[in-house]
Amino acid sequence: MHVGLEQYLTVSFLLFSLGLLGVIMRRNLLVIYMSLELMLNAANLALVAFSRFNNNLNGQILVFFIITVAAAEVSVGLALIVALYRKRQTAHVEDLTSMKL
Amino acid sequence: MEAINNLLGGSAVPDVLFYVFAAFTLLCGVLVIANPFSRNPVTSAMFLVLTIISMAGLFVLLHAFFLAAVQILVYAGAVIVLFLFVIMLLDLKEEQRRRIKMFGIVAGLISVGTILAIFLKSLNATNLNAQSSPTIEGGTAALGKLLFTQYVLPFEVVSVLLLVAMIGVILLSKKDLK
Repeated sequence: MHVGLEQYLTVSFLLFSLGLLGVIMRRNLLVIYMSLELMLNAANLALVAFSRFNNNLNGQILVFFIITVAAAEVSVGLALIVALYRKRQTAHVEDLTSMKL
Repeated sequence: MEAINNLLGGSAVPDVLFYVFAAFTLLCGVLVIANPFSRNPVTSAMFLVLTIISMAGLFVLLHAFFLAAVQILVYAGAVIVLFLFVIMLLDLKEEQRRRIKMFGIVAGLISVGTILAIFLKSLNATNLNAQSSPTIEGGTAALGKLLFTQYVLPFEVVSVLLLVAMIGVILLSKKDLK
């Protein structure tokens, strides 16, 4: 079977679903963060595939910006996790329920 | 570059490579979120590296050479190292095997099912406008030219964003947060 846009989009969809399942089902904050990275990567793959099969480079520029913003986001998020760990000595979401009503 | 282009020129080889890279990406993605042998976050981070590297392979198959390099440099080189630093710093114990809540499974299946429905419907309903023999090349020269002409303003804004993120991280990691 010839590999076209649909196959790439299917891989992207499956990877996004994996990331979503990880965010919902895992309890470790760091693993949840890695799942978020997985979802971002899935979106990047879809953008690059669209860019390639539409003969248009704008999608790849967007992916470049997404990678930059993701790097900034990871640094800030991990700093937050470290600050949280200093205060509460835990990285489990089930132990962090002080905002629960 | 010439060698890669020659390799990608035929039609059979890239197709086989696509399936290899796609299967490897998905396998490692599964092992990131649900590893049956280890609950250690370090293992997840290692499989995330493998996922990202095989995804860079997919980018090469899509002729996005610059992005493949950036993917490996930024993600595998910087982001994962940051993750590993934090994991080692926090000295996390292995996640206990707590009972998986029914709510998590149901919510996960519902959301994935919703996305699947949207995906299938949009794939069937819209004309993807895909070309059977694309010619575009995502090399450094082409991307750089676009980045410094049409997209020069977003480029500068992103540099400001990185500065802000750096200042924020320094503030957050101070000992006595006021």
